[in-house]
Amino acid sequence: MQILDRRLNPSGRSLPNRQRFLRRAKSLVQEAVRDASAKRDIRSADEGGEVSIPLHGIREPSFHHGSGGSRDHVLPGNKEYREGDEIQRPPSGGGGGGSEGSPEGGGEDAFRFVLTREEFLSLFLDDLELPDLAKRRLVEGADPAWHRAGYSVAGTPSNLSLARTMRNSLSRRIALKRPKPEAVAALEAEIAALEGQPGSEEQVAKLKAELAIQLRRSQRIPWIDPIDVRYRRFEPVPRPVARAVMFCLMDVSGSMTEDMKDLAKRFYTLLYIFLQRRYKHVDIVFIRHTHEAAEVDEQTFFHSRETGGTLVSTALEEMRKVVADRYPPTDWNIYAAQASDGDNAAGDSQRTARLLIDEVLPACQYYAYIEVGRDGEHGMPGFPRGPTDLWRTYEQLVSAGAPMAMKKVRNRRDIFPVFRELFAKRGLLEEAKA
Amino acid sequence: MNAPVSTPGLLYEGADWDFSTLMRIHDACEEVAVRDLGLDFYPNRIEIISAEQMLDAYASTGLPLFYRHWSFGKQFAQHEALYRKGLRGLAYEIVINSDPCLSYVMEENTATLQALVIAHAAFGHNHFFKNNRIFREWTDAKGILDYLEFAKGYIAECEDRYGEIAVERVLDSAHALMNYGVHRHHRRTIDLRSEEQRVRERRAHDERMYNVLWSTLPERASHAIGADEVEKRRAMLQLPQENVLYFLEKSAPRLAAWQREVIRIVRNVAQYFHPQRQTKMMNEGCATYVHHRILNTLHREGQLSDGALLEALHSHTSVIMQPDFDDPRYSGINPYALGFAMMEDIERICREPTEEDRVWFPDFAGSGDPMPTLRYGWSEFRDESFILQFLSPHLMRKMKFFHLKDDAAQPVLRVDAMHDERGYRRLRRALAKQYDPAWMDPDIQVVDVDLAGDRRLILEHRVQDGRLLEEQEARQVLRHLASLWSYDVLLREIDPATGASLREHAVSPPR
Repeated sequence: MQILDRRLNPSGRSLPNRQRFLRRAKSLVQEAVRDASAKRDIRSADEGGEVSIPLHGIREPSFHHGSGGSRDHVLPGNKEYREGDEIQRPPSGGGGGGSEGSPEGGGEDAFRFVLTREEFLSLFLDDLELPDLAKRRLVEGADPAWHRAGYSVAGTPSNLSLARTMRNSLSRRIALKRPKPEAVAALEAEIAALEGQPGSEEQVAKLKAELAIQLRRSQRIPWIDPIDVRYRRFEPVPRPVARAVMFCLMDVSGSMTEDMKDLAKRFYTLLYIFLQRRYKHVDIVFIRHTHEAAEVDEQTFFHSRETGGTLVSTALEEMRKVVADRYPPTDWNIYAAQASDGDNAAGDSQRTARLLIDEVLPACQYYAYIEVGRDGEHGMPGFPRGPTDLWRTYEQLVSAGAPMAMKKVRNRRDIFPVFRELFAKRGLLEEAKA
Repeated sequence: MNAPVSTPGLLYEGADWDFSTLMRIHDACEEVAVRDLGLDFYPNRIEIISAEQMLDAYASTGLPLFYRHWSFGKQFAQHEALYRKGLRGLAYEIVINSDPCLSYVMEENTATLQALVIAHAAFGHNHFFKNNRIFREWTDAKGILDYLEFAKGYIAECEDRYGEIAVERVLDSAHALMNYGVHRHHRRTIDLRSEEQRVRERRAHDERMYNVLWSTLPERASHAIGADEVEKRRAMLQLPQENVLYFLEKSAPRLAAWQREVIRIVRNVAQYFHPQRQTKMMNEGCATYVHHRILNTLHREGQLSDGALLEALHSHTSVIMQPDFDDPRYSGINPYALGFAMMEDIERICREPTEEDRVWFPDFAGSGDPMPTLRYGWSEFRDESFILQFLSPHLMRKMKFFHLKDDAAQPVLRVDAMHDERGYRRLRRALAKQYDPAWMDPDIQVVDVDLAGDRRLILEHRVQDGRLLEEQEARQVLRHLASLWSYDVLLREIDPATGASLREHAVSPPR
């Protein structure tokens, strides 16, 4: 009898099976992931977690009996029945006591399981890409890359350079005239040959003295001396790190309802997740504005209500200030997303457009404008609502070639398609156009 | 070193254990198993695993190493989600029918649970695996681990060479037909060398008997394809064939060699598990009875403390709990409950039989020691025949069995038999039938191939009691079958009495 301890065996043995399963159920899982992510708040939206997918997509079929026909059940626990009794069929039509019910999954129509963060994200952001403009800068403190840099006399055994060590040992042995084993052997052979021959005593004595010297020398001069030992040396080299900052601009004046804010929040969430995937370090700056703008924290940004007019330019001005203060565009990849219901004070459009063109857009990698609206507001047949002030202003900029994207979102279900459209891989987009 | 045992004679104290404790437990159990129960088992190998590894083992149907397939990942994800939420505990052990016999035990188990598990798996199941006729005839305990190793490597190699998708497609199809990948009866093994010899002898005979005069006879005008031809074709293809995977492996026209090998692997694994399906109830009954006897004996001899025995009994009783049919927890007859009850009942009949038992079981009623009878039962029967042979009226009354006839054509269910003088034999037959795989699985066979025409494969489902196949899934399985066969497939559901076709499913292979 043997007892083996298997606990230390590498874990994750079923990982390949899991990957195969995810590949298999990809479209279903993707759907589930997108649903799940809609329910979370901005910073935890990308954690892994439980998702549930419909069972029918991943069923393994087999031959089995359908309903109908005549069946026999032998059941335990008879209390009142006698032979010949007749019993009303249970209404659900399930076979009497269910003795033939399938052991797994009988009534369960959804398959629930847990995804890790990595799996979650790769499914979530599959086939999206960032506009490829990443700026990289050397940053202090980021984890460095290690490069080979010659040899050193100290190090860990795993870095021992055998070739270099042996080369040193060899040259030292030559320099100090350590006899080779063959030379010693040859001497011994010569002595053995001469010994006992008459008249060679003197010669033998000389050889023996020589041998003694040689042996002493080979004992004193080690084969490998600590001074021979060399280790491979590595040097830390700072790695360029790409950093990103994400500006969330939002109109919080009275005309923005909670629903609209919710839509905006969803969009920011997606953007945050997406940036985090690409950049090790992502800052978020929240700027809200009415007729004046301020940088706030996330809670205030989404949940407190302000009253006042609407001056979009103030938000852009604030963003410009923050960029100038803390995020020099040479070092940072700047992404901005603006959400608004499209209202802007008359007369502010000019200023907004100028600020965007001259100051904000040149500093940004990407600028997206999301116009949120109430569901059904625009869908009224016969009463098409004209484009809003801000939309008109931005449209002119875009048609003049400004590098920004704009979309309208009316409903929760639009968020993801709009997001995907904004960040779809360019190859795919062109294919779609062709 | 382990802590010294303060009470002399006790194997262990408290819940903690280490390897030497396990060793002591094993040796003590072994002594009882050999001395009192006369068991005969493979050498044991006990492996300690963690909860995650137990989940791993679950996912690959309990086997320690298995090839890769998405369905195992699915299983793992499902078990893991349930386990994480605390909805389901894990088994205390998994035991593999191999030589040496592998038992996996969880590290979380207390010392008492380890004793229970060792007695249950390493001696109960182990004895059953080694001695039961079906296991002896159909599985190769010595070779299985090597074979699984080979299978895993082979399929990984195929994935490298032909791509994961291509391999997965074959595996999916083969898995769908897994229940139809077993030989249920021994075939006449055709030895290739003697086959060749026979052909040579036949030709020599023909040459000896050749007479040129025969060639002068006028030939028959037309040579229609007669029944002979069909018979010959069927004989050459070894039809009818109930092992659908075997048929595909040998005869599917367009499979590559590696695809045939993959099918063969699935088929061999299915064959390896087939005895377990047929003996589930007995196997668990045997193991439960053995651990019950061993632990009680150890307690009587002062090697197990009272507390430990109570803890073991607590697990034991929850395992053999059988809810009544109208209980919401009821999900079929618990194989542990029925199995253990039958073994105990046999012990009772041997030790203190009633008059009724003497009439029903004249062979062994009152024989004294139950072990010879039990050992004989464990080695020579499977669930179905074991029930037919050993289920006593006493037990039927105790379990309050009754037989319910559910005919879809009737508006009501009818109680056909119950635990009384008139019903015992019918009840027992009906219960045995419930354990008969030939009754549980639809009887589907390959019956013909249209070799002269469009190579359509024809299967028959011999419908029993009007139970037709579930249509949706049957079509899906047939689609898998067609993709392996590469030509059209037709499944006829026929009434075996009249030969009339009740329903037909025709499927073309995916293009």
